[in-house]
Amino acid sequence: MKRKKVAFFDFTCCEGCQLQVANFGEALLDVLEAVDVVEFREVMSEKADEYDVAIIEGSITTPHDVERIKDIRSRSKVMIAYGSCATIGGINGMKNSFKMDDVKSYVYGESGKYFETIPTMSVGQVVDVDYFVNGCPIYPPEFVKILKYALMGIPYTVKDEAVCVECKANENECMYEIGLTCMGPITNAGCNSWCVNNGNICYGCRGMVKETTKNASVEVLKKYDIPIDWIMGKYDMYNKSSESEDMK
Amino acid sequence: MSRSVNVDVKYLTRVEGHGNIVVNVKDGKLEECRLEIVEAPRFFEAMLRGRSIFEAQHITSRICGICACGHTISSIQAAEDAIGFTPSEQTKKLRKILLYQEMLDSHLLHIYLLVAPDLLGVKSFVPLIDTHSNVVKRALRMKKACNDVCEILAGRHIHPISAIVGGFTKIPGEAELDGMLNILYEMRPDMDSTVELLKALAPGIPTFERETEYVALVTDDDEYPTLEGDLGSTAGLRLDKKDYKKITNEFVVPHSSAKHAKASAKSYMTGALARFNLNADKLHPKAKAVAQALGMKPIVYMPYYNTAAQLIECMHYMEESIAILEGLKENGTDKSEAVTVGLNELKSIEVHKGNGVGAVEVPRGLLFHNYEVDQGGKITNANCIIPTGQNLNNIEHDMSKLIYEILDKSDEEITLMFEMLVRAYDPCISCSAHFLDVEFVGR
Repeated sequence: MKRKKVAFFDFTCCEGCQLQVANFGEALLDVLEAVDVVEFREVMSEKADEYDVAIIEGSITTPHDVERIKDIRSRSKVMIAYGSCATIGGINGMKNSFKMDDVKSYVYGESGKYFETIPTMSVGQVVDVDYFVNGCPIYPPEFVKILKYALMGIPYTVKDEAVCVECKANENECMYEIGLTCMGPITNAGCNSWCVNNGNICYGCRGMVKETTKNASVEVLKKYDIPIDWIMGKYDMYNKSSESEDMK
Repeated sequence: MSRSVNVDVKYLTRVEGHGNIVVNVKDGKLEECRLEIVEAPRFFEAMLRGRSIFEAQHITSRICGICACGHTISSIQAAEDAIGFTPSEQTKKLRKILLYQEMLDSHLLHIYLLVAPDLLGVKSFVPLIDTHSNVVKRALRMKKACNDVCEILAGRHIHPISAIVGGFTKIPGEAELDGMLNILYEMRPDMDSTVELLKALAPGIPTFERETEYVALVTDDDEYPTLEGDLGSTAGLRLDKKDYKKITNEFVVPHSSAKHAKASAKSYMTGALARFNLNADKLHPKAKAVAQALGMKPIVYMPYYNTAAQLIECMHYMEESIAILEGLKENGTDKSEAVTVGLNELKSIEVHKGNGVGAVEVPRGLLFHNYEVDQGGKITNANCIIPTGQNLNNIEHDMSKLIYEILDKSDEEITLMFEMLVRAYDPCISCSAHFLDVEFVGR
């Protein structure tokens, strides 16, 4: 069976997700044997014209990004968006709470007018995406699993479950029990409750669960008497892009 | 000589982030040379307004994947400085290990994957998988080892989980200390091989030289400063970190979304070479031996040798991490110091109005975070000054001098020399963007 042509691209991001891939260690060489990496700017100078699977990191935040992602999509059979910046806009979306002119002039002063920026969007808000790997950064076992699905051409749906499911299975003490606010109840599972396992709260980096599961979280807030604005501030950290208009 | 050269490298490869190199020489005279940073700006400083200082670490970590720990620690330092919180000695030691492991991880990635291909005459490490498979495996193995140490200490390297304002959410016990030590002990032979490799490749490192000012943390004790210190330079500057603006003097140039910086001279360099030039006498003995083997003695004015300085630091930071861990194991750690602050809902840390600065050495140089905080602990103003941004001015001055020295070479050779120059600085472009759009005014 011919190896699939795979390419990695990055848009507006911190490049942390592609670094997670680089951190597979020697196992990375096994991945590289299974696929033919034809383009990956950060580590290779080679380029290609067409891709079987294009793997995208980063959000869309400039008109140039919009052009570029549409071009790549037109030359790719399958597209994977990995990392929260690509799947839900991520931390880059916090900018959307402000006016574009305001953030430009705050950072660059007078010269702000030379810089182009549009409200942050996820990749899926501009082109069709076939697979989503949430997380900031990605959780490597989940990435490998979804990559295999993509290479085999089998559809994959992110389970509609809250992080709490994994957190309880890991026998963590609930953050609400010690008086702290945690985004676990409304965040997509799949990270194996990574942050709570390490003693910190969940910040909701993997995006919101669907409506049905969200109702359970309202119960949690009522039970612990948490003011809604404590949650809204945290919601804005990763989920603001969903409020931008699509450009499809 | 009436040579004309037009170098226009779009989306430079083997650097972190998006940059273009433009060099125009007409009839032997340099018309322009620029490192255009085309990374989209993300406006972190603007986004921090209104956020709690207890969240700043989580948010600013996302400025960069490779320097996530650096941003984390600098942010925490700025926050703690603003509210007058003093971290414990144990916390400082753990923070140092985190920073040191990130230095190792970043430097090794740079040396093996970003620079070595140029010295071996290939376009990437991919062909090396066949021709130099042991070298590639070693690189990936060492990099993963740094990650594994960070995983034990802080949950993960990229966007560490347990490092927060006030300390750490989990404290390593004996099993964890042993785990980290074993990984590092096993790294020692690989580190020796890395030194041998770079010694063999060193003759290929260009010896281009330009006198400039070097800036790094300096102290009066005998530790190679990384976590804290004053700001010092080879021109004799010494300032408290709160006066960082006197050094960085950020100014906007038309073609760069990264602001430029200059201290006493017209430009300055920060990073491994700067740290070496200012603090070489404080290096671990094994690192000093590597410096000697490479023939390096301060002050080294050759920018391409930043990579060699990084190798020296790799040896230093690996040995220093081992030393700290062995010390913690001998004296025991205090697990009761573990703290989970969240948004400070429980008011476990006292906050008040203030202005704080974090100044930390990260792989590419000095990283500053500066927060103005209101009485409720919310950020009213934020400033982040990234080492790569500080280096851009220096890179362009280097480029202006270099071109005249290689004008007689072919277009390909000139282009490669310029690419290698930028790569030697190990720019972290996502961080310092403050970076520019391709279409700019005046073109």
